[in-house]
Amino acid sequence: MDATIIGAWVATGLTLFIFSFLYKDNPLFKLAENLYVGVSVGYTIVKTYDTVIVHLIWKPIVENQEWTLLIPVAIGLLMLTRYVPKAAWLSRYAFAFIVGVGAGLAIPRTVSSFILKQIEDTIRPLLMLVPGEGVTFSWNLMNPASSVNVIIVLIGVSSVLFYFFFSVEHSGPGKMVARTGVMFLMIAFGAAFGYTVMARMSLLIGRLTDLIEYSDPSYGRPTLWLTLVTIGTLIVLSRRSRSEPPDSH
Amino acid sequence: MLKKPPSVVLASFRPSTYPRGYASALHSLRPCWMVFLNILILIVVCGVSSAVVLAEDHLAVPANLQVFDTPNDGGQSLTVNWAPGALDSPDVRYQVLVGDAGATDVAALKVVAEFPAHTRLVKDAKGAWWTRTAERNWHQFTIRSGKAVELKDGTVYTVTVAMLKGEERIVGPLLQAAPTPNWFNWNLVNNLVLTLIFGGVVFFSIAHARRRDIFLRRIPGLDAVDEAIGRATELGKPILYLTGAHDMSDPSTIAAAVILGRVAKKTAAYETELLVPHRDPITMAVCQEITKQAYLEAGKPDLFKEDSNFFITSDQFSYTAAVDGIMLRKQPAANFFMGSYFAEALLLTETGASTGAIQIAGTDSDHQLPFFVTTCDYTLIGEELYAASAYLSREPVQLGTLRGQDIGKAMILSVIAIGILLATLGVATQAAWPQYFLDFFKDVK
Repeated sequence: MDATIIGAWVATGLTLFIFSFLYKDNPLFKLAENLYVGVSVGYTIVKTYDTVIVHLIWKPIVENQEWTLLIPVAIGLLMLTRYVPKAAWLSRYAFAFIVGVGAGLAIPRTVSSFILKQIEDTIRPLLMLVPGEGVTFSWNLMNPASSVNVIIVLIGVSSVLFYFFFSVEHSGPGKMVARTGVMFLMIAFGAAFGYTVMARMSLLIGRLTDLIEYSDPSYGRPTLWLTLVTIGTLIVLSRRSRSEPPDSH
Repeated sequence: MLKKPPSVVLASFRPSTYPRGYASALHSLRPCWMVFLNILILIVVCGVSSAVVLAEDHLAVPANLQVFDTPNDGGQSLTVNWAPGALDSPDVRYQVLVGDAGATDVAALKVVAEFPAHTRLVKDAKGAWWTRTAERNWHQFTIRSGKAVELKDGTVYTVTVAMLKGEERIVGPLLQAAPTPNWFNWNLVNNLVLTLIFGGVVFFSIAHARRRDIFLRRIPGLDAVDEAIGRATELGKPILYLTGAHDMSDPSTIAAAVILGRVAKKTAAYETELLVPHRDPITMAVCQEITKQAYLEAGKPDLFKEDSNFFITSDQFSYTAAVDGIMLRKQPAANFFMGSYFAEALLLTETGASTGAIQIAGTDSDHQLPFFVTTCDYTLIGEELYAASAYLSREPVQLGTLRGQDIGKAMILSVIAIGILLATLGVATQAAWPQYFLDFFKDVK
């Protein structure tokens, strides 16, 4: 049998088994779930072995004599001391190194992306220099750089930032500012929600396109047969669970 | 001088003021030779003028050409600067040529870039005034190692710039430079200064918090943490706690791990089962330590289970499928989603909502926040996640850090207000000096 046809049957079966979760938790879903987790773990182990142990450790050290790589290898091996209770404390050095390096890398990146970039994009002149017209106040909402949009962005950034003040009580005028901030947040969330839902719909369309393609006789109609098998199994399981006596506790 | 000659020449046709009485016999001849002389001068001047006009149309060698190692970078890059030319316009183009150190002939050089002569100016490049290598109106091009040319650190290369117009091309002097990596990126000096300022403010606030109590406003999502743990205890069901998709280098994972410590302490005190499935083995190991410590602090070390933190897989959707299965089979009474999340967020929270569990989420993944807001009972938005551990523990260090962050945010608001004022002033007065302040708050990498 052609490998493409086997692939079509496996893909269709697993897709339908996962979709069966929409009805309720059932053995078919458990089968697909365990298979999925098992395959992904197996794949990760093989990939990690090849990428890290072979290409990042073994080959550079043995073939290229890059002995300095023994330092990260030693730090990494300290992790394994967790399995020896008496030496488990050594693993804390490895964790301290990882958390320290992580924080060290994250701080400048955070200052750059979440502080400087935001300040840079918020600071815009309230007046525009238009060739032929001179310095003007632009009311054009369609132009992101217009004066009125600069004011909207300024109000949004200031109010949202104020909402995230934790040592100041949100009462009186502060409450109004914080509520304005929440309003801006919700508008942003709404836009993001709609955008992401559309992206998810495209994923669903991708799966459905595959299922339609695999209903073709050239593949042996796996979509048709496996849909019948899935529905049949769910009906049988449902009837069996009804006939079983209720749980004692 | 070239604008004046015609008027000078024509001025000589004016009547002479020389007294006739002193005139020689040759005087009668004056008009003839004067006319001849003026015509001769006119021809010469017109010839010179037209020659100059032709010269202005001709291309000129790029002036003040400089080639040097690109400063503040990781190497494998050279920068070329040259002064603006009189003919710089969209019709005229510049070429940047690179070759080996020994190249003495332009033919041996390779063209790595060609662009209109009015583009690639210093002012267009992303940079700050303290690292600028030329005037704002000068041309600048950075040659980076890539498909067009491979630059090796420490190797000398010959570089030049040519000016083109139609078929005509004039090449500048051949200059040499070698790329080298730099220890410091001075573009990031503003980043360092801000980090030091914010760090100083945080340290000051921590010292202040040790001496005095600091007010923290109530965060509804955080109040719900105790409520959720209490509910799980009453129902005799476990608590499911997720630490997100990232590893320990991500601040949100660190925050999630800190909150886990607090939650674990409560579950230990109430003797409630805690389930923490992981995607990252290192995060799992760190969380195991945190959970163990929490059980010790709660005085219940015997209740600590090594496998309360367990690894599933690092694959996104197989992990999601497994956690969904846990939610349906173990029926936890409370689900915590802390840390960073991606497309799995809605799949997890929808399943959790279908089991009737109380759900509390906390993430700085802004693209997933809408899903948490719609499917969870309480959501810690962005920085509230970081505030959570301080709010729950009331420890001076964490309270002081939070207070320091608030002061930092107030400083940012002030900078934005002053910056907008200066930027507006800069546009209104056409002054360049506000840019010196604004550059300091630019993200220049």
